[in-house]
Amino acid sequence: MRKTMTGHKAVAEAMRQIEPHVVAVYPITPQSEIAEYYAEYVHDGIVRTELVAVESEHSAMSACVGAAAAGARVMTATASQGLALMVEILYIAASMRLPIVMALANRALSGPINIHCDHSDAYLARDAGAVQIFTESAQEAYDYTLIAQRIAEHKDVRLPVIVNLDGFTLTHSVQVVEPLEDARAKGYVGDFSPNYPLLDVDHPSTWGPFAMPDYYFELKRGQQAGIEAVPPVFLAAQKDYAELAGRPYEGFLEPYRLEDAERALVVMGSTAGSAKETVDALRADGEKVGLLKVRLYRPFPYTAIADALAHVDRVAVLDRALSFGTYGALYSDVATALLHRERKPILMNYIYGLGGRDTTPQQLDQVLREMKSGDPDQGLRYIGLRE
Amino acid sequence: MAAKLKGWKDLPMGGVVPGGATPELNKTGSWRAERPIWNEEKCIQCLQCWLHCPDDSIMIKEQKMTGMDYDHCKGCGVCAGICPVDAIDMVPEGSAACARR
Ligand code: SF4
Ligand code: SF4
Repeated sequence: MRKTMTGHKAVAEAMRQIEPHVVAVYPITPQSEIAEYYAEYVHDGIVRTELVAVESEHSAMSACVGAAAAGARVMTATASQGLALMVEILYIAASMRLPIVMALANRALSGPINIHCDHSDAYLARDAGAVQIFTESAQEAYDYTLIAQRIAEHKDVRLPVIVNLDGFTLTHSVQVVEPLEDARAKGYVGDFSPNYPLLDVDHPSTWGPFAMPDYYFELKRGQQAGIEAVPPVFLAAQKDYAELAGRPYEGFLEPYRLEDAERALVVMGSTAGSAKETVDALRADGEKVGLLKVRLYRPFPYTAIADALAHVDRVAVLDRALSFGTYGALYSDVATALLHRERKPILMNYIYGLGGRDTTPQQLDQVLREMKSGDPDQGLRYIGLRE
Repeated sequence: MAAKLKGWKDLPMGGVVPGGATPELNKTGSWRAERPIWNEEKCIQCLQCWLHCPDDSIMIKEQKMTGMDYDHCKGCGVCAGICPVDAIDMVPEGSAACARR
């Protein structure tokens, strides 16, 4: 049944249906309402989850690690500084191969302190070893929270999965969302059988041991195998879900009017929505433009990106964060993806939307027009920045 | 004989070490700077040291404290601090007081 709800509520609904054993969470704008809705469900006896009201995000992720090692299905959610505080433990969760699904209500990192959206928090956790998915709408945030659970708990993966949703734009705005019925959502997610659960006292095990130079390298290589196992698992989980829920999800990317495009944008998150409008308007004027939206950000789908973009003449990659001293993180990945292709587009890197700055369809229209002749060697370009 | 080191494919997921009591295979007491010395005559067998030792290095037999497991004791001094009758002294590793034991 179609309902109207915020992105917060959509994520909280998915969490309610998953009904993890443990949720350890600390409130932070613009994530707080996810924690608040879930606390209400616990208080009202709608879920049997143990809600751990921790004193910081460092503790939230630590409690998730402990509970997951004990054998529980666990979830959390955060944003910005909260993620920064979690990152130390997120690396450990990934190395211990613990399937912790978390919503990240994307918000700019301080300083200056700001509460609005950009992707600097997601980029901060880029190398932590967690799977990262970006969503465009409240519907996608709901859907991919369920899909993430399947990916995280797959026997070959067993990794934290971050579901990104743009702070305020998606978390706070009311949209039409069609959730699954509870039984179907629960059926899709299925049961979880943990590896070496610490609470299985008849089969004791040691978690998080020290690894010296003789084993650290091999253990990290094993972790790499975990994230390398994600692509087929992502596709299968997404396919099952698309069939169950009747959604058009396919692939790691969503190409939009890209087949015959001469110029294209690459974006992640809610800006894909505005970009689609811009593409439609320019197409109506006879301009051959298109869009590529990245859903799966980690592991980065290099081959699919190159296949999708190789035929395009000029591509502008939009990064919603600065990676100080170098190009945007998404741009660098797209450039790497195309490096060995014989036919490849001219690439440009635009930085946009920092600290919640609006990016309008008019600005995207201007990007698609100016990139026709723009000098690719110019380095970073900025959208909507005052000189 | 040096054990053959395992390749990455042979290691359990997440670096977990399956099986119980595996620390017994690994002696980790070598970096201790101070050694706890137990004075049996003073000891009143309250087992506070056993309760508080963070490294499970107070040895027990038939509910009686029998000394320290120096293969695993890290020399933190918690036992000496908690002992109500000062039956545990901390002495520098390698010192004469150590050698007597
Ligand atoms: S010194 Fe520390 S580690 Fe050693 S026996 Fe005493 S409490 Fe345990
Ligand atoms: S704390 Fe002191 S008195 Fe008590 S058992 Fe240990 S050594 Fe003996």
